[in-house]
Parts: sequence; C-alpha cells; structure tokens
Amino acid sequence: MSSMKSAGITIDTFKKLFTAGKRFDGRGLMEYRPFEVNFEVSNCAEGSARVRLGKSEVIVGVKMNIDKPYPDSPDKGNLMVSADLLPLASPRFEAGPPKFDAIELPRLVDRAIRESGMINLKELVVTPGEKVWTVIIDIYPINADGNLIDAASIGAAAALKSAVIPGITEAGTPDYKHRTKKKLPLSDETLPLSITVFKLGNTLFLDPTREEEEASETRTTFGVSKWKGSYMINSCQKSAPVCLTRAEIEEIAKLLPKKYDELNERLKKFL
Amino acid sequence: MAFKRIDGRKNSDLRPITAKIGVIPNADGSALFAFGNTIAIAAVYGPRLLHPQHMQDPETGILRVNYDLLSFSVNDRKKPGPSRRSQEISKVTEWALSPVLDLKEFPNTVIDVQIYIIQADAGTRTAGINAASMALAHAGIPMRNLVCSVAVGKQDKEIVVDLTKAEEDFDGGEGPTDFPLAKIANTDQYTLLQLDGKIPAERVSEVLTIADQAFANIYEAQKKALKEEFS
Repeated sequence: MSSMKSAGITIDTFKKLFTAGKRFDGRGLMEYRPFEVNFEVSNCAEGSARVRLGKSEVIVGVKMNIDKPYPDSPDKGNLMVSADLLPLASPRFEAGPPKFDAIELPRLVDRAIRESGMINLKELVVTPGEKVWTVIIDIYPINADGNLIDAASIGAAAALKSAVIPGITEAGTPDYKHRTKKKLPLSDETLPLSITVFKLGNTLFLDPTREEEEASETRTTFGVSKWKGSYMINSCQKSAPVCLTRAEIEEIAKLLPKKYDELNERLKKFL
Repeated sequence: MAFKRIDGRKNSDLRPITAKIGVIPNADGSALFAFGNTIAIAAVYGPRLLHPQHMQDPETGILRVNYDLLSFSVNDRKKPGPSRRSQEISKVTEWALSPVLDLKEFPNTVIDVQIYIIQADAGTRTAGINAASMALAHAGIPMRNLVCSVAVGKQDKEIVVDLTKAEEDFDGGEGPTDFPLAKIANTDQYTLLQLDGKIPAERVSEVLTIADQAFANIYEAQKKALKEEFS
C-alpha cells in the first residue's frame, strides 16, 4: 500500500539497517509484530473480527445473502471479498473510486481463502441450482501502519470462524433476526493465512510498519494453509517492477511453513 | 495407471508457439504470440509525451499496460470494458515488463502497451507478456533482454507446463494449480510470480526447474520472429 514515495535518505537508512539485520523497533527481519484478535465488532454481522497487528488495525465482517448460484457452479455457494481503504485509516488513503491497492487487497485475500478450500461451498446450497448462500467478507482498515494484507487475512479467517448462518423466512429470504446456531461449513484443518514477503536491496523481511513498507521495493503475498498434513501455497502475487531471484524464491518457500505454524499458533489462542 | 495429459503432450511440453512481428502497422511496435489456441496481440505506442501533464515525471518515463479480453474470445461473451481481473493482469504485466526497460532515458513520457486476447484457451496473461515483450523490442525501445512468460500448473500431483482451459478445469485429487511465471531471458530474475491452487511449499523448486526449458523455447521463438522481421 505504498502510495507515497520515500525520500532517498530514508531508503538508504533502511538499507543499512536491514543489511545489519536490524530494525527501528528491535524486531528481527522475519519477526511479526504482536497481534491480538477480538470478535463481535458488530452484532448485525453474521461474524466479525478486529485484528491489531502492531499499530495496524483492521476490522472484518461477514454478511450472508441468498442469491442465485453462478452459472459455472450451480452446486456451490458464492464467496465475495471486498475492501475499502477508508480515508479514516491513513493520510495516504483518498476518497473516490477504488485505486489499484483497494482492488488487489481483497482479491489476494479471496484467492487465499477460496483456493485453500477452507469453506465447503457445496454445503451452502439452499435449493440446488436456484438458491445458494453468498458469503461476503468486507474488510475495512481502521489504522494503516503497514502489512494490511496479512492483517486482513487473519481478520477474514477469524471472522469466518465466528460466523453463524442466519435463519430463512417462509418467503425464502434470510432472516437476520432469528439466527440459527449453525456455524459456516469450515474445514477443521485448513486455515488459510497470508504471509507477505517484502524486499529492499538484497534483504527480505516480513511485517513492515508503514515507513518500512513505503521504503520497500517489492512485496510478494503468499496464501498458505495446511491440507492433509502438508503446507500448501494456495496463492501468490508479486508486486512492483522489481525481480525476485530463484535463490530468493527458494528461500521464501522454505520459510513459509515455519512462519505459517507460528502465526497459526498465535491465532489459535484467540479462536 | 500412468498420468496422461488430455492432449497427449509430455508434462514439460509447450503447445505449438506462433510468434509474429508487425501485426499492427500503425503501432511503433507490435506482435502476436500464441500458445496453441490462446492468441494474444500487443501494440506499443511511444515513448510519447504523457498527458495530463501533471502526471509527467521529469526523472523517468512510465510504462502503462492495458490487458483485456475481446468480448468473443471466450465462450460466455465477456462484457466489454475493464474488469477487476483485467485491471490486475494489466498491473502485473506492467510489473513483469518494467524491469527490462531503462525508462530514465525518456523523462516525461509514457510507453503505452496495449494487449488484447483474440482467442482464449488459458495462459492469456503469459501469452500477452510474450507478445508485449516482442512488441517493445520491435518498437526499438532499449531493453536489457526479452521477458519470457509461461504458466506452470499442477494436476493432482503432476507438474505440467502451459495448461489449456480443459486442464485448468481439472477437478480431482489435489485439484488444478496455475502458477504463471515470467523471467528475464537467460537470467534467474523472475518478474512475474502468481499462483492459484494448491502446491506444497517444497515443490516450488521443481516448478522453477521445469519452467526453465519452456522459457528457453519461448525465447528462441521470440528471437526467431524478431530476426526474420529485421533481416
């Protein structure tokens, strides 16, 4: 989300620090900031969560509608992910039509969740071929201090875990006043998380603050999950006109399972 | 039973490549690139002065890519106009091509790259990148090298190169995985890295190795077309 170019002197300072393996806040290059997750942000949502990752804060809500299935998946419920980079959250965010960052963020979260198979969409059919549940995940950053994609993915996973399916009225519409006790059909094993690797000069690092993120040259987001006991990469996207070398890609592939376990352990405490 | 691809190709085989230069006479550079039934055309206009003026950067030129599908390039008519998908692909294509250009040579300008898919059978972004890379060379824009792009996929546990739509829709075992890559020819510098599906982290290396032969073949086809044009 670096919409502002950093000054040359800032970039040089970070390059020197990172080469020495140091950061302003004393963390290691591959260390995430502490995070906490709370639930029930809005009692009108089917599920919701608030994530604080360092000073970055994101709230995520899950709403459900009954719609027609997509023509290419008549036997599956629908999943939609949207995000709005509110001008409330950062001096860098502006009102108006969504900029590229606001399009990319929900698409990355969507792919990580969808491809992992965390949600069994086949169980969200109301009337086969006619009516299915649409699960809509809406992401709002409240305070943007770097690494919003990873924060949003933690929030989305947590909000899904907390979601409860609404009732259905006699007319076949959702009954939000009389919720069922039924949770969403989620896999017990598979919990997708996004891990975004940033690069400045020749150094790779994780979970930047806004200042570090703005100084970085490229970021690559990986959706990672565990599936039948193996660590799967479910999605990936590199940003910015800077290359990654083969050695770097291989180093990242080795790092992902370790970081996934660490984040997953930390998230489980809140679920 | 041994694994067999739907169209009988070996796992490391590309579809037949078609590469042509100069398909759009009005453009400063243009090219067509096809992987089997996936056909992409690209035109380059520029470097030319960027408008509106306040977008100009006196330190560097900019690359602006637009990728889209023609409405009849897919079975269900694609509504004309940009979608979120096409905006994202335009952006990743821009990122995939920029590293080979030295745009500082052309301050205040824009290089426009227009990519359209005429017929789609999976692998459209990679065909588009290959076409655009050739079109940039045809336009005489100084480049470090060509960019080559291919999608590697996985069907259940088999790693295969250059998937067709039928292969992308594969539904069994570990399901389909689509892993589009681009790199600067003859280097180990990757400029595009995307993925959808399920691939074990420890098999990434294997994917990069199988992609290398494909990159070499694509590079040869691109070079051959350019040489024919300029000989």
